[in-house]
Amino acid sequence: MDFLRPASWEEALAAKAEHPTAVPIAGGTDVMVEINFDHRRPEYLMDLTRIGDLYEWEVGRDTVRLGASVPYATIMEQLRPELPGLALASHTVASPQIRNRGGVGGNLGTASPAGDAHPALLAAGAEVEVESVRGSRRIPVDDFYTGVKRNALAPDELIRAVHIRKADGPQQYSKVGTRNAMVIAVCAFGLALHPQTRTVRTGIGSAAPTPVRAKAAEDFLNAALEEGGFWDNGKIITPSVAKQFADLCAAACNPIDDVRGTASYRRHAVGVMARRTLTWTWESYRGAHRTTEGAA
Amino acid sequence: MPTNGVPTKITQGSGTKGGIGESTLRPDGTLKVTGEFAYSSDMWHEDMLWGQILRSTVAHAEIVSLDTAEALATPGVYAVMTYDDLPAEVKHYGLEIRDTPVLAHGKVRHHGEPVAIVAADHPETARRAAAKIKVEYRELPVITDEASATAPDAVLIHEHRDDHHIGHVPHPNIVHRQPIVRGDVTSARGRADVIVEGEYTFGMQDQAFLGPESGLAVPEEDGGVHLYIATQWLHSDLRQIAPVLGLPEDKVRMTLAGVGGAFGGREDLSMQIHACLLALRTGKPVKIVYNRFESFFGHVHRHPAKLYYEHGATADGKLTHVKARIVLDGGAYASASPAVVGNASSLGVGPYAVDDVDIEAIALYTNNPPCGAMRGFGAVQACFAYEAQMDKLAARLGMDPVELRQRNAMEQGTLLPTGQPVDSPAPVAELLRRVKAMPLPPERQWESSEGADVRQLPGGLSNTTHGEGVVRGVGYAVGIKNVGFSEGFDDYSTARVRMEVVGGEPVATVHTAMAEVGQGGVTVHAQIARTELGVDQVTIHPADTRVGSAGSTSASRQTYVTGGAIRHACELVREKVLDLGRRKLGSYHPAWAHAELLLEGGKVVTDGGEVLADLVDVLGDEAVEVEEEWRHRPTEPFDLRTGQGNGHVQYSFAAHRAVVEVDTELGLVKVIELACAQDVGKALNPLSVVGQIQGGTTQGLGMAVMEEILVDPKTAKVRNPSFTDYLIPTILDTPTIPVDVLELADDHAPYGLRGVGEAPTLSSTPAVLAAIRAATGLELNRTPVRPEHLTGTS
Amino acid sequence: MRVNFTVNGRPQQADDVWEGESLLYVLRERLGLPGSKNACEQGECGSCTVRLDGVPVCSCLVAAGQAEGREVVTVEGLADFARQRACGSDGTGGVCGTSLDEARAWQARGTDSQAGGNVELSPVQQAFIDAGAVQCGFCTPGLLVAADEMLERNPSPSDADIREALSGNLCRCTGYEKIMDAVRLAAARQSEGV
Repeated sequence: MDFLRPASWEEALAAKAEHPTAVPIAGGTDVMVEINFDHRRPEYLMDLTRIGDLYEWEVGRDTVRLGASVPYATIMEQLRPELPGLALASHTVASPQIRNRGGVGGNLGTASPAGDAHPALLAAGAEVEVESVRGSRRIPVDDFYTGVKRNALAPDELIRAVHIRKADGPQQYSKVGTRNAMVIAVCAFGLALHPQTRTVRTGIGSAAPTPVRAKAAEDFLNAALEEGGFWDNGKIITPSVAKQFADLCAAACNPIDDVRGTASYRRHAVGVMARRTLTWTWESYRGAHRTTEGAA
Repeated sequence: MPTNGVPTKITQGSGTKGGIGESTLRPDGTLKVTGEFAYSSDMWHEDMLWGQILRSTVAHAEIVSLDTAEALATPGVYAVMTYDDLPAEVKHYGLEIRDTPVLAHGKVRHHGEPVAIVAADHPETARRAAAKIKVEYRELPVITDEASATAPDAVLIHEHRDDHHIGHVPHPNIVHRQPIVRGDVTSARGRADVIVEGEYTFGMQDQAFLGPESGLAVPEEDGGVHLYIATQWLHSDLRQIAPVLGLPEDKVRMTLAGVGGAFGGREDLSMQIHACLLALRTGKPVKIVYNRFESFFGHVHRHPAKLYYEHGATADGKLTHVKARIVLDGGAYASASPAVVGNASSLGVGPYAVDDVDIEAIALYTNNPPCGAMRGFGAVQACFAYEAQMDKLAARLGMDPVELRQRNAMEQGTLLPTGQPVDSPAPVAELLRRVKAMPLPPERQWESSEGADVRQLPGGLSNTTHGEGVVRGVGYAVGIKNVGFSEGFDDYSTARVRMEVVGGEPVATVHTAMAEVGQGGVTVHAQIARTELGVDQVTIHPADTRVGSAGSTSASRQTYVTGGAIRHACELVREKVLDLGRRKLGSYHPAWAHAELLLEGGKVVTDGGEVLADLVDVLGDEAVEVEEEWRHRPTEPFDLRTGQGNGHVQYSFAAHRAVVEVDTELGLVKVIELACAQDVGKALNPLSVVGQIQGGTTQGLGMAVMEEILVDPKTAKVRNPSFTDYLIPTILDTPTIPVDVLELADDHAPYGLRGVGEAPTLSSTPAVLAAIRAATGLELNRTPVRPEHLTGTS
Repeated sequence: MRVNFTVNGRPQQADDVWEGESLLYVLRERLGLPGSKNACEQGECGSCTVRLDGVPVCSCLVAAGQAEGREVVTVEGLADFARQRACGSDGTGGVCGTSLDEARAWQARGTDSQAGGNVELSPVQQAFIDAGAVQCGFCTPGLLVAADEMLERNPSPSDADIREALSGNLCRCTGYEKIMDAVRLAAARQSEGV
């Protein structure tokens, strides 16, 4: 095993081009466990923690450019207004020690269906900025997950940042685990209301081979909200609409039975989380809606 | 601390500071908070090698071939050993039945069984070499439950059994069977107005001590070996290790290294023999440290069980009879299975007075992971089931569950189903009363002016509910655990106590082989010496095999038995010191000859308080030393057909009240509070006693809602051998645990004390389950209960 | 490979480090600092918690090479670290004589130490002993590093704050109640001492 320590992003890209099998390591949450337990013996380990750029973020007009290694603790503490869903998701990551070191780049690189950040990224809408010596490209997060622990990266590419749409409405995130800390999701659900575009987006974790959106549920809800004039009148969403949305979210799952839970439970729990997060976000939207009206 | 009842007998003046009854601080505390305390995995030796174990990847198979050539040729590798390299005639070990091969011979019987061992100059070299060992298996059908174990054509897990249980078991795949028959259940059933039946499942729990199995074996010049090891019983290890090494016991020296928790999981050997074999083979010190994955294969677990119960009662809530069948899965090797069977059967009705009882308990041999000792063994599994039955019975009778329990609670003088009278206080009804009387935590604590505080809700920071679906439930349970080794075992300990003047002060040194595993035995030993010898300074000698056996740190027995041995040795030292005083100074004061003399505050004083001499002057240059064995009252084996016999020496009782909030839609449980009342006889160190109760309670909580080793029923392979998927409670899952300690002296025990460590683990689990049943209305016949069980999605 | 970094204020060098070794392994097996514990080696227990450039992390998940040039504080250096913090490393700190905490610490110590003698402890270390938060002690070093860092950030934590900050540290012996007591005690003594 060789240990590569690129001092800059350019050096990292060059090293990755030269050694496409090199395994990038930043927070170490996934890679070190695999090494400690003899599950993996990469030829090259490439340390990315010396590349300052990966730890920076920038709040733009519509998006936040989040460096791949910005720790979850920072996202929780500094980016809650812009990225509320991701901030909530970050707070459910493992433990304070892990949140101090792990970042979204690791979740994306590993592309486990159980990664905590994925549902929040899917719901908010995001693009993954990847780069190689051949150049840079942005992959919509919807297209990023290609299979169980597989992603759209080419062998010579590295994840540099994620461009996440700034919240234009309430966002929520729920995760079911059988313990209150240090737990891998049995399943998770992210929901974002986008009042500007009058759409909702969802993200489901740990209930299919990859993180997925519940598109049929989104389409249904978008239509129902539009039809009932809900975005304008700020009415309470009817229980039947909420139930239909929840059922469609559950139907979007393609889960398995494993040591963490049954497929049947996962489908059920995603439905419950969908209904609840819809209620919370919508209540919050209505609250803001009323406040705005009151102020006007 | 509330106390009531019989005042405790103190044989010595209690005027010395830091004696029994005080919350003195741990003598090893400073080392433990500075990181200097040397645990077994911290051992280091110049030029040491690292040992690695190759384990079976299948649960049941013949070993067709085994090729170590490539591993041995790896640079940096010093030795590779298999069964064929074992040096002595003896190639098996075991706590009671010597059925466990040191390295697999021709056959593996469970997933993760040691097949070969490697020593190399770096752990990675050892791992790579182990991976190069080629093992060819021919798989055999796996036996995973009672039906497959006792089927007429079942493969025998052990083909050539010659242990002392084989004569009375109905099938060679049953390790041990113990019936307990008293009265006449058939006619008692006729008197019952109500009968409830239940079938219960108890999952496989892991001790999950944090310090992994580890140790350092150093070869010695005389051809022997010195092993620095974390264990629960040095002399039991020694008895099993030496024959396999082909060495007399005096050439295997053992010193207790720091023990990072045990909870029963270190009663059996793990890497001890392997490290010694490699050290003797290579002539170099060998260190072995399991990682967490390996640890799940490296020690026995708590027996999973199926329990079938029938309880009958009259309309006014008096138990008429209990009939039960308890099937414990012992896995591939016997370990402590026979004793687990003895506890489960003899304590199978719980702390209740019942005249007509018919219980059968068995332990199976299967290809599942070997199971053995864990905190409260046998009694824990039974308590889960009989307490569920008591709730079921109360519901059927329309009676308050606490009242039903109190109405049937045993008391001093009650006969156990074994016919043995309970001859010390048994405050079962009182413990229930106390735990019920504690104020309940306020409802809906999550509500705040800023909305729901998710940290107070089921799911916590995972943000799954803001109060939706949340229902509170309250549940009770009480249990009985035997203290000390039962069934005729010669249960003794040895203490060496020395008194001398060091640096102008009288100092007592206490030397025992007691394994301090975190429980605080060393703290209590010093307290006993202070009380008995009236000195301030006590040195606790490191535990090793240069002193006689202390017995095991298990069965809640060490404060009783080794504490008793220390007190006894101190009494003998005191007599010798007083004799010395009489010889040296007796002529100066008539009280030397006539008064009752005590040692207090470094002085010899009369019972009237008059000071006769300083211990410094009495001792002068002399050292007074005594090494003595001490044993508790003898017990008898249970009759193999009726289970009758005075099998136990003491009992420990605890009761719990659990308050839970359940998100009934998602099946997530938050335990809000888990209150405990326990009788400890006499709290030698109140702070440590409460710590034991809270720790035991939390392990029971884990068993109720999250902890389970999952074994694939088709392959008998362990599915979750990691801390990622075997979950134990974090600080966010653990509620406040108010503790009410009762001190009713047991006159048969030193200072009236009662073993403390295990009882709280018994009733904690069923109390939580009862509370979840109360919140959900579900029957819940298994533990742990997972979200799918609460949502109909399993 | 060779790795250079600072541990508890002292420059350290480790040679012949295998590239797959963790910082935890290097601390324990190469630098003679076994205080950080190896309970799970998968980031699920917190026993190996150290501060890496000030931040609590699981040292089992830090590749040794990633520590190059960094500053590490382990439990072995915690008392010194806390003392320097109390004195104010910026030179504006208070008096560095015997503090109230220290005075109390001397008094509270038992007399039957097996070894170790009169070591100067940080407030949180002393509180763990006094409150009975130590049983087997294997989780203790990691908990101390995490608790000390929390009290540095949040001198008057609520119970919920304490639980959240320590949620990455498993303890199997105590049921956490005495650990809660210890952190509350350390916080109270800390605020008294100011």
